[in-house]
Amino acid sequence: MSAQPIFPPLPLLDAERSALLARLTDGLDASALHWISGYAAGLAARGAPALAVVSAKDRDVDVAPTRVTVLYGSQTGNAKREAERLAEALRGEGADVRLVRADAYPTRELADERVLFVVISTQGEGEPPDDARGFVEFVSGRRAPKLEHLQFAVLGLGDSSYPQFNAMGRILDARFEALGAKRLFARGEADVDVATVAAPWLVQAREQVRALKSANAASVVPTAVATASHAAWHKEQPYAAELIVNQRITARESTQDVRHLEIALDPSLAYEPGDALGVKPRNAAAVVERLVARLGWSGHESVRIGDEIRSAHDWLEGHRELTRLHRGFVQQHAVRAKSSVLDALLAADAPAFNDWLTARQVDDVLAEFPAEWAPGEFVAALRPLAPRLYSIASSRKVVGDEAHLAVAVFDAQGPFGVQRGVASGFLADAAAGASVPVYVEANERFRLPQDASRDVIMIGPGTGVAPFRGFVQERSAVGAAGRNWLFFGARHARSQFLYQLEWQAALKAGTLHRLDLAFSRDTAERVYVQQRLREQGREVYTWLDGGAHFYVCGAIAMGKSVHAALRDIVIEHGGRDAEAADDYLNELQRAGRYARDVY
Amino acid sequence: MSEPLSSVETLKRESRGLRGTLRESLDDAVTGALRESDAQLLKFHGSYQQDDRDLREERRLQKLEPAYSFMIRTRLPGGVATPAQWLALDALATRYGNHTLRLTTRQAFQIHGILKQDLKPTIAAINQTLIDTIAACGDVNRNVMVSANPVESQAHAEVQADAIVLSEHLLPHTRAYHEIWLDEQQVVGADESEPVYGPTYLPRKFKTGFAIPPINDVDVFSQDLGFVAILEAGELVGYNLLAGGGMGTTHGDARTYPRLADVLGFIRKDQVIAAATAVLTAQRDHGNRSDRKLSRLKYTIDRLGVDAFKHEVELRIGEALQPARSFRFQHNGDRFGWIEGIDGRWHHTLRIESGRLRDSESIRGLSGLRAIAAEHRGDFRLTPNQNLIIANVAAEDRARIDALLVEHGLHEQLRGATFRRFALACVSLPTCTLAMAEAERYLPTLMDRVEALLTKHGLRDEPILLRVSGCPNGCSRPYLGEIALVGKAPGRYNLMLGADFEGRRLNRLHRENIDEVAILSELDALFARFAAEREGDEHFGDFVVRTGIVRAPQTIAAEVSA
Repeated sequence: MSAQPIFPPLPLLDAERSALLARLTDGLDASALHWISGYAAGLAARGAPALAVVSAKDRDVDVAPTRVTVLYGSQTGNAKREAERLAEALRGEGADVRLVRADAYPTRELADERVLFVVISTQGEGEPPDDARGFVEFVSGRRAPKLEHLQFAVLGLGDSSYPQFNAMGRILDARFEALGAKRLFARGEADVDVATVAAPWLVQAREQVRALKSANAASVVPTAVATASHAAWHKEQPYAAELIVNQRITARESTQDVRHLEIALDPSLAYEPGDALGVKPRNAAAVVERLVARLGWSGHESVRIGDEIRSAHDWLEGHRELTRLHRGFVQQHAVRAKSSVLDALLAADAPAFNDWLTARQVDDVLAEFPAEWAPGEFVAALRPLAPRLYSIASSRKVVGDEAHLAVAVFDAQGPFGVQRGVASGFLADAAAGASVPVYVEANERFRLPQDASRDVIMIGPGTGVAPFRGFVQERSAVGAAGRNWLFFGARHARSQFLYQLEWQAALKAGTLHRLDLAFSRDTAERVYVQQRLREQGREVYTWLDGGAHFYVCGAIAMGKSVHAALRDIVIEHGGRDAEAADDYLNELQRAGRYARDVY
Repeated sequence: MSEPLSSVETLKRESRGLRGTLRESLDDAVTGALRESDAQLLKFHGSYQQDDRDLREERRLQKLEPAYSFMIRTRLPGGVATPAQWLALDALATRYGNHTLRLTTRQAFQIHGILKQDLKPTIAAINQTLIDTIAACGDVNRNVMVSANPVESQAHAEVQADAIVLSEHLLPHTRAYHEIWLDEQQVVGADESEPVYGPTYLPRKFKTGFAIPPINDVDVFSQDLGFVAILEAGELVGYNLLAGGGMGTTHGDARTYPRLADVLGFIRKDQVIAAATAVLTAQRDHGNRSDRKLSRLKYTIDRLGVDAFKHEVELRIGEALQPARSFRFQHNGDRFGWIEGIDGRWHHTLRIESGRLRDSESIRGLSGLRAIAAEHRGDFRLTPNQNLIIANVAAEDRARIDALLVEHGLHEQLRGATFRRFALACVSLPTCTLAMAEAERYLPTLMDRVEALLTKHGLRDEPILLRVSGCPNGCSRPYLGEIALVGKAPGRYNLMLGADFEGRRLNRLHRENIDEVAILSELDALFARFAAEREGDEHFGDFVVRTGIVRAPQTIAAEVSA
């Protein structure tokens, strides 16, 4: 019997459409391709006739009035979550909602937008989240189009303990107006207790959209972002995980106490390398007791906030920020303390006040400026205790149903005694076997390349090395063909070389290919990772040119220095001028090849 | 030899003149250690890689490598150092080391706790003081010892000069040291052949000492190569040549043993180099290069026979050795306090417990010697018993030295029972990689307990040689202790008894692998018998041999004569 003839698969598209499809998809990155496939799937789900492709003309006429774009820029996931809620709510109003991450948004379409909602967080000292850098740059720059047809509203997310609170929301809000757009309603400025501001803002958005809605209600169009499967455990309902290992990993002579923590997870708590673990801490009992004593309470006083009733002690221990001050509390305290010093501070310029604020915890202010507080008022004046996020330092392919963390214990001498970080202190003091409330916070912006043959360059000084332990574990477990290059730094090699034995073993095993080190206090001149990066500039550029992905994790200032070094490397070794280098790096960022997780 | 060569032999041969990959190892920031092969080669450059063994387990849990550091040992023939050299070494110990200086049983300085990145600056700085560290360790001739005897000043000067010339003659010729540590440019095509050593150096370490009777402080019978100065009417006429001493043994290996050197004969003063070269090259060519446990000269001599070995040496010298001249030792200890030399200069011997100079609350040894070195116009002599002589002091300067000693708490070093001033301990834990039990850190406690026993038996003023070693290799020359503890495991030792007070009789194993309770109870009983049964002013070591508590061990006649 002769061989069966092999037929090509029956083509679903004719040649013309195949060519169109090829032209359409040529050069698109993964997120755009996903968007198209989602779009098509949505069409199919609607049972649209095969040829019901909406023409540009039809769309202008029928869809434009109620088409809404919800754009978000998110670093830790809060802004993304609010944007998702908004999109969901607007869809409930029958709007045609496009939910899009800022770096996936084609900026040339901005001129044609009619209704735009922006949800954006502000990082560190007034910076955009990494995924919104390009968008903010575009909107702020000279190339931004007139937006006379646009109606918009902005929800900013921030942390009022930083001086540039909600700077991104303010900048975009003002800029849209300057470009001719019409503000639908006032900007929202959410603090760390996001919902307080976000929920009413969302109600307003809904009402506005309802008002705008035309008689021809358009259907929901599938969005670029697949709806995340709702995990059983989340921020509001963390999983009570068991701490298995709490091991100090800096030597006894190190003034910095870094802990390696191993936490047993429920199998449903899936995470990818690069994700963060949210930890819901409790304030140290001793801190609460000191505070209660200072205020002259018993701690048993019953306090009701909203629908919740707890003892004052319970509120303070488990539900209120005692380590991070905010302006609102200081204002209320100033009234009670009748202190001219406090009044002067509140009247001072923002940087001076902020310096004062960050150097103190709640108890320090009470010690320095005694005042009477009723328990209910005091609890209400403080902000809710927010979970803290830590980059996960492991791969499930290696550690199974566990998450490992590398946590630097914050311990500083304050004006009135030792100040301790609430979450790092909570974790450091927890013994093996203790229960730790956790949830997984996905960080889709910080992912290993899909293509395992790509090289990766990882910059992770201090505990910034945490996600890269996960990366190297993952790449080793899947047998990734790409090379791994790590830059690590600390003050002293002998006492602060985090995971030294593991990196040595990885180098020996060939799962880590290069390790460049900067120990700033071991040498006469202080040397940091960005300097090592510059020294290896040619090689770094060669890797990037060959498709390498570049990751940075750690302190904000380090992230800036590394960025500057990288930019210089692209200029020097890539033969580009400054502008072209910026374009190159923006393109890397957009393509997901330059990811930062800085804090 | 039909046996395969030991791996160290291959390493030496392929080391490109002891260079290995030391430079690459030093530059590797991922570890504070050297590659294994380079750690071996480093010994030839005068340094040992060590780690703080107290911290090993703690750091393993911390996912950190062991706390590696380096010990640097000087080559300092006869242990003579100038005040300027003292100050320089003190500064290095304080800047790079662990804030202590260690005076060794081979009259060298050791600086401990140097980190890898500080090795090169430290070695370079030592060389700037005109002291080097070449061949202070490794399979070569080590630091040459000379009796610290300062009284016989003329003879000491002559013997010291011979020792220096010999030490220089037996240095390796490779320029590796100068290139790696002193940034000397490598000369392409330079002749680096080793005329004395050959490409694989010696099979094992090789120790040389010069004794000036009547003091045997260098324990000349423990040396591979010994010279006993022969003085006639105060004039140095030559030396008796000794060969084949050695302390090191291996627990549980009956083929290994400590051995006292044989007296081969007499040589003229002008034959020192020729005789030393003959003994050393005979060992080079006949020593065991397969099993490093059996490669010291003592085994070579026992394998060949003393007469055959002597014949071999005579062939290499080119003439027969003369018969040995008569000599006699009185003791192998130091003479403490001020002593006047025959030239009218004064010498003050300070007791330094375990040779460790550090600043503690009561005794500020490091600061005290720093203050003395800043004013002292003579020199310093490190004694083979880990003590220190402030030598060549003019009579009028004595009071100032005394004042500085008092000021720093160094004047009461001789308090307590007499045996304390003779006690020796090796470094051992936490830094020595070979250590099996505590030595230096245990000595103070042990001495307190032994003193209590001696006091109980009315023996508080009895001079007894107590030596403690953390392993059987014998850096504190334990097999020449009247009482010695040789470490077997944490808290457990072999109790050795029966050496004499002059360094001419070995001791023997009395109780094996016992703990402190057993050691003290054994000593309690022995001291009781000694107090009751001793004859005249018989020494403790002689007593245990005479009464058969231990069998008579290897002994050199009290008076060696032709």
